[in-house]
Amino acid sequence: MVYGLTFVVAVTVDWMIPRFMPGDPVAGMVARANVSQPAAVEAMRQYYTGLFGFDQPLWRQYLNFWTALLHGDFGISIWVFPTPVSDVIMGAVPYTLGLMIPSVLLSWVVGNRLGAYAARRRLLDNTVLPVGYVLTAMPYMWLAVLLAWGLGVIAGVFPIAGGYSFSMQPNWSAEFLLDLLHHWALPFASLFLVALGGWAIGMRNMIIYELESDYSTYLAALGAPQRLIRRYAFRNAVLPQITGLALQLGVLVAGALVTEIVFSYPGLGSLILKAIQNQDFFLLQGTFMFIVLGVLAANFIIDIVYVVVDPRTRAGMAGAQA
Amino acid sequence: MTALQEAVPRDAAAPVSGRREALHFALRNGKLLAGAGVVLVLLLLGLIGPLTIDAPPNEYVGPPMQAPSSEYWFGTTTFGQDVFAQFVYGLRTTFAAGLLGGVVASLIGMVVGFLAGFRGGLLDEILNMLTNIVLVIPTLAVLLIINAYLGIRSVVAQAIFIGLTSWPWAARAIRAQTFSLRGRDFVDLARLSGSNTWKIITREIAPNMSSYLLLTFILLFGNSILIASSLDFIGLGPTEGVSLGLMLQNASQWSAMQLGMWWWFIPPGAGITAIVGALYVANVGLDEVFNPKLRET
Repeated sequence: MVYGLTFVVAVTVDWMIPRFMPGDPVAGMVARANVSQPAAVEAMRQYYTGLFGFDQPLWRQYLNFWTALLHGDFGISIWVFPTPVSDVIMGAVPYTLGLMIPSVLLSWVVGNRLGAYAARRRLLDNTVLPVGYVLTAMPYMWLAVLLAWGLGVIAGVFPIAGGYSFSMQPNWSAEFLLDLLHHWALPFASLFLVALGGWAIGMRNMIIYELESDYSTYLAALGAPQRLIRRYAFRNAVLPQITGLALQLGVLVAGALVTEIVFSYPGLGSLILKAIQNQDFFLLQGTFMFIVLGVLAANFIIDIVYVVVDPRTRAGMAGAQA
Repeated sequence: MTALQEAVPRDAAAPVSGRREALHFALRNGKLLAGAGVVLVLLLLGLIGPLTIDAPPNEYVGPPMQAPSSEYWFGTTTFGQDVFAQFVYGLRTTFAAGLLGGVVASLIGMVVGFLAGFRGGLLDEILNMLTNIVLVIPTLAVLLIINAYLGIRSVVAQAIFIGLTSWPWAARAIRAQTFSLRGRDFVDLARLSGSNTWKIITREIAPNMSSYLLLTFILLFGNSILIASSLDFIGLGPTEGVSLGLMLQNASQWSAMQLGMWWWFIPPGAGITAIVGALYVANVGLDEVFNPKLRET
């Protein structure tokens, strides 16, 4: 399967980059630590070399990497020192997922509806289309900054940083959940809006294409009501949009990451920023693996959904087995 | 960076009647003219603007935190840098990153797409697998790792890496188009007359989908700009010089929004949005020029 292979490639890339890059990562890390005593430098060099397993043959290093990975062991974070990377990541993942899943799904659904309505309707088309183009062309972080500035700083309606108020501790009280929702609103809105434009435009184009096809003309000739024709067109046009969703996942993840950074939202994006600023390569690599896994899983789910939605693929599979 | 990339399938047959007809429709297409106009104006601003400014863009030239005035058109930053100077230099960098990234991605996409589509067989299977793998891996995540370890510090390197990771959908689209052209009579004729693969692709297939290739390049161009600005924003951009993404990063890092310094973060974002949006609109316009079916709508 493509996904398994992709995973192997991703892991290999993740393993290769620190090892085959020009320059010595160990020397780099030792230099960054700013230790001047020769004895200390030597000790650190030993420690890091052992950590990466550089003293072993290459194939052994590769195998070790896989074993560690399959045990869920991504190493130890340098930024928050004794905590394992997997724990740090697990603390951030709920925020990212809580932000991404609703915004991606909602913008996909709403965008498709909007696009379908706009197609072949002058007035709506002339408003939805330009707005859609402006929205898709926007860098995620810019819309986020604009929203934070407009609604957060000037209007003062929404908080512009963090996942919850600094004065609170995470718990399950209604008060805290409300606060959480309050902080969630702006990042959600910006992710939702940027993605919305693209889906609306894509759907509009697909619907126009479908409405021009023979079956639509035939239905119209039979005297079917316009609503019915549009409903058939929509059902056909949704299929490429599902594939589009799979293709866009990488972009959507990237958008979520930068949006989180704008709002200092405690998800994976802020984690990556911290990892880069603190030269915490284990954390960075762990996050990378996690994102790849997440995207692969989502792709897999979309594949299944596609089979469920489109009867033709099911028929094709049954035929292949027979 | 949208579902726009999912181009609606259509006939690969390009307009045969020549360039004059395309030009005729091009000059009458409002979308194309408006889009190309905006891109050109910004490009000129990026090319000429820096010549009129004496100090380097990151120089501390004026009083800090000035709102836009006749002296500093876009105001100054917290440190007294001229935002307008940064903007025009940033435009230059952003165009360079987009152009180079777009070119690299198109080249790889074309080579992979043509070879896979034309040759077929085992080569097609292998290239297809490769395309799918690169397609599924989230681009930004890979770039993060590469940039962090390699410490990419120049625009050129950044653009090349963006190009290296953003070609798959282009390769797919070109492969599909090549596939539909492969069985045509004129290609068979060329093959019978003994032309080699390279010649058939460059002389027979590529010219017949040149409009499609141009559209692909424009989308890749816009894409590269968006990815580059995201990377810059995360803090993995070039350390020397300015780009529109770096300006946004600085503005957010030094809390321009909390201080109400709107002139610091609005221009760079507006610049990116204008370039990419204009590219998309021009793309739709070009599509209408090349594809007669779309003209009436």
